[in-house]
Amino acid sequence: MREINLDALVIGGGAAGMAAAVELTKNGCKTILIERDGNTGGVLNQCIHNGFGLHVFKEELTGPEYADRYRKIIKNELIDVHSQQFVLEVNPQKREVITVGTEGLTCYKPTVLIMTTGARERPFSNLRIPGSRPAGIYTAGVAQKFVNLQNYLPGEKAFVLGSGDIGLIMARRLTLEGMKVLGVAELMPFSGGLARNISQCLDDYDIPLYLSTSVVKVKGKERLESIILMDFTPDTLQPIPGTEREIKCDTLILSVGLLPQNELIESFVDIDPVNRGVIVDSHQQTTHPWIFAAGNNVAVYDLVDFVTLEGIHAGKSAAEKIKNGFNEVEKINVTRGENVGAITPLQCCLDDKEFKFYIRPRKNIKKGRLLIGDGIVNKIEMGLKPSEMIDITITAKHKANIREIGLNNLKVEIQEVE
Amino acid sequence: MQAVVVGAGVVGSLIARELTKYNVNVTLIEKEEDAGWGVTKANSAVIHGGYDDPPETIRGRFAAKGNQMYTELSKELGFDLKRIGSYVLAFNETDRPYLEELLEKAEKNGVPGCEIHDRNLILQKNPNINKEVIAGFWCPTAGITEPWMVAISAVENAVLNGMDFRPGEKVLEVITDGKNGRKSVSGVKTDKGLYPCDILVNAAGLFADEIAEMAGADCPKLHPRKGEYILLDKKLGKIVTNILFPVPSAVSKGILVLPTVDGGILLGPTAWDMERDQKQDTSTTSEGLAEVKAKTTEMVENLDFSATVKIFAGLRPESPQKDFTIGSTNIYGFINAAAMRSPGLTAAPAIAKHIVEEVLIKELAFDINTRDDFDPILPPYPTLSEDDPEVWAEMVKKNSDFGKVVCVCNKITEAQIIEAIKRGARTVDGVKFRTRASFGRCQGGFCLPRITEIISRELNIPMNKVKFRSGNTELLSGKVRK
Repeated sequence: MREINLDALVIGGGAAGMAAAVELTKNGCKTILIERDGNTGGVLNQCIHNGFGLHVFKEELTGPEYADRYRKIIKNELIDVHSQQFVLEVNPQKREVITVGTEGLTCYKPTVLIMTTGARERPFSNLRIPGSRPAGIYTAGVAQKFVNLQNYLPGEKAFVLGSGDIGLIMARRLTLEGMKVLGVAELMPFSGGLARNISQCLDDYDIPLYLSTSVVKVKGKERLESIILMDFTPDTLQPIPGTEREIKCDTLILSVGLLPQNELIESFVDIDPVNRGVIVDSHQQTTHPWIFAAGNNVAVYDLVDFVTLEGIHAGKSAAEKIKNGFNEVEKINVTRGENVGAITPLQCCLDDKEFKFYIRPRKNIKKGRLLIGDGIVNKIEMGLKPSEMIDITITAKHKANIREIGLNNLKVEIQEVE
Repeated sequence: MQAVVVGAGVVGSLIARELTKYNVNVTLIEKEEDAGWGVTKANSAVIHGGYDDPPETIRGRFAAKGNQMYTELSKELGFDLKRIGSYVLAFNETDRPYLEELLEKAEKNGVPGCEIHDRNLILQKNPNINKEVIAGFWCPTAGITEPWMVAISAVENAVLNGMDFRPGEKVLEVITDGKNGRKSVSGVKTDKGLYPCDILVNAAGLFADEIAEMAGADCPKLHPRKGEYILLDKKLGKIVTNILFPVPSAVSKGILVLPTVDGGILLGPTAWDMERDQKQDTSTTSEGLAEVKAKTTEMVENLDFSATVKIFAGLRPESPQKDFTIGSTNIYGFINAAAMRSPGLTAAPAIAKHIVEEVLIKELAFDINTRDDFDPILPPYPTLSEDDPEVWAEMVKKNSDFGKVVCVCNKITEAQIIEAIKRGARTVDGVKFRTRASFGRCQGGFCLPRITEIISRELNIPMNKVKFRSGNTELLSGKVRK
């Protein structure tokens, strides 16, 4: 078995992993980025629409362009990328990672491990929607790969279940390629996707969005023939009897959520049940000191730009640990107050280092007051939506306040303001 | 001598393979695109102990015997068999006599090693069983398998020994004549060809009564009984270690909780009698799924339904006499292996042997003899495990496609998918059932496009001709752009 000693191993060559690897290398750490696919970029490679890069590159790019920018940096920085490497085992005792690739096995022995393994799509069967199981039901990501990378259309008449961003993007994409998209159904009383995607992907193409609506049955023995929709109560999410209606379609596209992927490490790091991702502190360090994490395996972000920024943050923190050693820092837990859904990080280190909170509101709030740590942050935010994360920087000054007051946890809440 | 077997489920496949051991030309006709896709595909995957079928029934005669034959069969054909043992659990004192009854029946049926276990021993092995359990009937020889792999591997082995397998062909007509002064079978006509034969074995599952009707042969009318299932993720796999049955009802063995051979947890089935025209209706229902959920959570604690990987329904054939219909008929050469309700999977190997040795040779005096060149061994499918990375490395050295992981949930490589296609997989499900690729928690979210591409390449067909399973199940409608 090939053995490689190194400072940092980054697992997963998507946006977070590329950013972390670049940052580590810039800071003088011997770094290898491993990727299970043939090329880096992750899901960006199939996202051929634009809208990426406004925060990081200050311009609007397509997914492949965004990935390409990073690939060029990786090339210039001479970062070692080991592609088509599949991780068989992460061993926290021996601090080893074993992979298999076309040249056989490799054992990596990094001082620090950075997990940037992203998320996967929630599959159809996980929804437990009764009915038959015909051909023609695809997650949005699978449909996107068929259309954008393999040049094949999944069908003729499609319906989209779930209003996540990728579902909205695919509604437009399939329409542009000649399919009829009959509508998008969302179980919740609000959209799961960004407002700009509702307007640019649905409204511009007269594709209806049905809120508080879901698919309750699929029909078709061989190919999908129709779906049954029902209205749901907005508060208790129960189907309303008598609202059944049948829609004839041969394709059902699902955009019903992303699930952070942490199968390699979930047995020895802590996972947050709300984020469903690995818990990190404000240095992006997990509850196992050897392992850092960033990106959609921590929490599902709205924008790839945020993922990149978190990757940079993780790379920077990890580089510092490699250089200065693993000194214990005092940490306090972050707790969820009112109206706070997904949030990261979930531990705040009581040093002077700046970090960003990403906070997903639980519901639509016209005017809200964001309160962190007994008013250390006290800020009015307008037009809050579950589909759009709030990002807020916690500065050295904020941290000094936290230490001064002597808080033993940091509560984050959003109060509704009249 | 020409024999045609109709139906490549577990029963038909094993009968066809058994016949291939003799100097008989065997053709196996299957209407689906692959073996094991009817009744065989969707059941509890249990090799039952054979203790509960009344000794005077045909089921009782074959179940325990079939169970015993599985050990050798799994060695020859390479499918997974895990004898993890089963419990019938009593939660009330009133159920205790039933356990005693089972013990008596087990002895009569020749099932070894059965015992009554007390609460403590049961909970020690399965700490998640509802604490109100009072006792259980333990059968150590009960096991689990992948039923479709029993059928697929039997077919593949028979093909290597010269059998003619015809998937995707539908029988339209059974031809009879009056040779030797009695009405005899003389051939089978399908939508694709004509197959003259002296022997016809009717193992057509739910449709066996319809095949018999084509010949004018005796066979009870069959109706489907639907069973719905929920499969939970591997991460819950340790929640039970044995096959768990409740004390049964009049219609079925009850709703089970059991581990699957690849580490998941299977819950089900319901037992809903359907009409005769619903033999294709494998749809799940909200009522059925709710019943599975309610009954299994009564028996086992800590079942996390958010870890659902799959829901599915299977149909099993049921007849008025609630027993198998096996043997000769009023038409000479027309043999039934029909009405294979539970425990059909378990009994299948014993039935295959019985039909050839007892029915064809002894009873009907067909002049057939064993061949000396039959090879019972099917070269095993290549398996790889992260627990044994060195073996994996060796495989990669021989063929670098073993280094390309396609299914990330179950760690299935391109080499294994190519092997499955070489052995007969023609569809996505064909690959899936042989390799377990896309059987995992993401259900093909990562690998479906890759598998489609590999099938297209290996079979040299365009992507939009690749099918999900039988019928009009093409995954893609056409090119985005020329």
